[in-house]
Amino acid sequence: MSKKSFRQAINEALRQEMRRDPTVILMGEDVAGGRGGSAGIKDAWGGVLGVTKGLLEEFGDTRVLDTPITEASYIGAAAGAAVTGLRPVAELMFVDFVGCCLDQIMNQAAKFRYMFGGKARTPLVIRAMFGAGFNAAAQHSQALYPLFTHIPGLKVVIPSSPYEAKGLLISAIRDDDPVIFLENKVMYDEEEDVPDEPYAIPFGEANLTREGRDVTIVAFGRMVGLANQAADRLEKKGISCTVIDPRTTSPLDRDTILECVADTGRLVIVDESSPRCNMATDIAALVAEEAFDTLRAPIRRVVPPHTPVPFATVLETLYLPSVDRIEAAVTATMAHRVVEKV
Amino acid sequence: MQIARETLLRSYRAMRTIRMFEERLHVEFATGEIPGFVHLYCGEEASAVGVCANLTDNDTIASTHRGHGHCIAKGVGVAGMMAEIYGRSTGVCRGKGGSMHIADLACGMLGANGIVGGGPPLICGAALSHKTLRDGGVAVAFYGDGASNEGSTLESLNLASVWNLPAVFVVEDNGYGEATAASYACAGTQQARAAGFGMPYLECDGSDYFAVHQASGEAIAHARAGKGPVMLHVHLARWYGHFEGDAMTYRAADEVTNARRDHDCLKLFRTRVTQAGLFEDSELDEVDAAVADEIEAAVVQAKDDPLPQSADLLADVYVRY
Ligand SMILES: Cc1ncc(C[n+]2csc(CCOP(=O)(O)OP(=O)(O)O)c2C)c(N)n1
Ligand SMILES: [Mg+2]
Repeated sequence: MSKKSFRQAINEALRQEMRRDPTVILMGEDVAGGRGGSAGIKDAWGGVLGVTKGLLEEFGDTRVLDTPITEASYIGAAAGAAVTGLRPVAELMFVDFVGCCLDQIMNQAAKFRYMFGGKARTPLVIRAMFGAGFNAAAQHSQALYPLFTHIPGLKVVIPSSPYEAKGLLISAIRDDDPVIFLENKVMYDEEEDVPDEPYAIPFGEANLTREGRDVTIVAFGRMVGLANQAADRLEKKGISCTVIDPRTTSPLDRDTILECVADTGRLVIVDESSPRCNMATDIAALVAEEAFDTLRAPIRRVVPPHTPVPFATVLETLYLPSVDRIEAAVTATMAHRVVEKV
Repeated sequence: MQIARETLLRSYRAMRTIRMFEERLHVEFATGEIPGFVHLYCGEEASAVGVCANLTDNDTIASTHRGHGHCIAKGVGVAGMMAEIYGRSTGVCRGKGGSMHIADLACGMLGANGIVGGGPPLICGAALSHKTLRDGGVAVAFYGDGASNEGSTLESLNLASVWNLPAVFVVEDNGYGEATAASYACAGTQQARAAGFGMPYLECDGSDYFAVHQASGEAIAHARAGKGPVMLHVHLARWYGHFEGDAMTYRAADEVTNARRDHDCLKLFRTRVTQAGLFEDSELDEVDAAVADEIEAAVVQAKDDPLPQSADLLADVYVRY
């Protein structure tokens, strides 16, 4: 066990799985970098933010493949390789670039198993970074996990910490279905203790990062950390929260969410994706349908506005859910009093 | 082709403006005051300026993530650009877009682009508008060697030929897409690609303003005359990293040094026009001084300009909703 960053945890998961299974390969734009460059060096970048650095050296260029800037072809190639014997981990860099290759994910990889009558296995992982907070503006900041969650046949993973990232990525690589693995780009330097040996965190099992009496907060990815900060503050005001990290949006651990809501009677959902048809609406629908009678206050959603992600820092800060906004939502839900009908 | 003196002066000024704008950004970025990603166009100035010298406001261009040069060459104001890069409400995009999304439709600048290969299809559409509306306009897509491999680009070459569009495809080949060399990533040749889609192909040295002006002039005239699309392959070198912060370990140390020494479009331009007796050095020095003042003023102003207001967050998602 030692302190590792989110970046290192992901790198270690890739390395350990590549050692374990020779069919695991990596591909993407500049996952190594430097190919054909005049300096003649290899592994110049190891991914734009250095996440795959050093893997070329250990596994060589038959297993760490730099691609041209052609998402449709290499994401499609990863799907094709997955269904014919390899376990590719393809890096899409920014998830926003899915616009260039959605067909290969949505109409091809996701549907093979069902369309082919259960005969196909597509052990494909697509890694991509997502999220606002980098001033990367409208085409490099989206949180598109609802888009993937919407598509039957895909599994969707959003790690909330370095520990989670390592264990969930190992599961993603070992999984026989196509998995979209989404890394919040603001988190790469966050550190925590991460075991050195490989371990797998199962999909569809939420993590209760804290347990409380009054309000259940469901949050995804980086929002889990913010929710816990808000919960710390609220604790001091005598409001105790449960914070659920579902870990995967597909499959979704419905039972844990419903059980916690039954205990607290109040629900706040923190979701940094666009607010229409996102995870917050999905979970709100689930709870409204399955746990209506346990609710003591309206469900509250802490989400961005229905706008593209703005560039300027002042606007981007307003755009994103924040600790303050989570705290306010919890306070508001606590203030709600049920009026008995006569 | 004889180029008018005013055109030459305007072009020199535009190239100098791009150079100083980018070099200043390089310095300012290092202070940490500029948010987001910045991709500099230094070394490639003659490409944007040589091509745009053959265009008017009625013509359309689409640019890339490395878009500052195309913006300046097409006439976007430096002050508004600088304010945009600083995320100010006075920016050309009101602080909503930043460096990678500078656009000014009033002067036919359809936008820088955060998506590699985003521009060429849009240029097919702009060319279709010019053709359908019979306004005599031409649409020009600037895109990199890396972008030349995107399906969207290759499909656009085909569509432009099929529809016989007044479009010009300018491949700005600086030898790299991020940290990967074009020699690795581009199969075949640009020339063969143009031939494959049945369009004429021209190429030129992008550090030679006159060569770019000549070749793009021919390409644009061809497209404007209704004879269909043309590909122009411009050979360039990028002087800085892919983005600010890139240590460029993948390039030999002398690659940039040599490019700066032997292929500086501004030096080459100056030598050529002064030797031909068209301009005195002092005239060009005056331009340099004026541009330096303009850039300084733009930075001072941008730093001082107001930030967007919270209401701006919700504005302009739709025309009406
Ligand atoms: C669809 C898409 N894929 C990848 C990227 C990341 N990216 C930004 S610029 C770039 C390199 C582009 O190379 P090139 O087209 O040669 O332009 P240059 O940077 O050399 O001007 C890449 C891969 C992107 N922005 N969009
Ligand atoms: Mg390039």
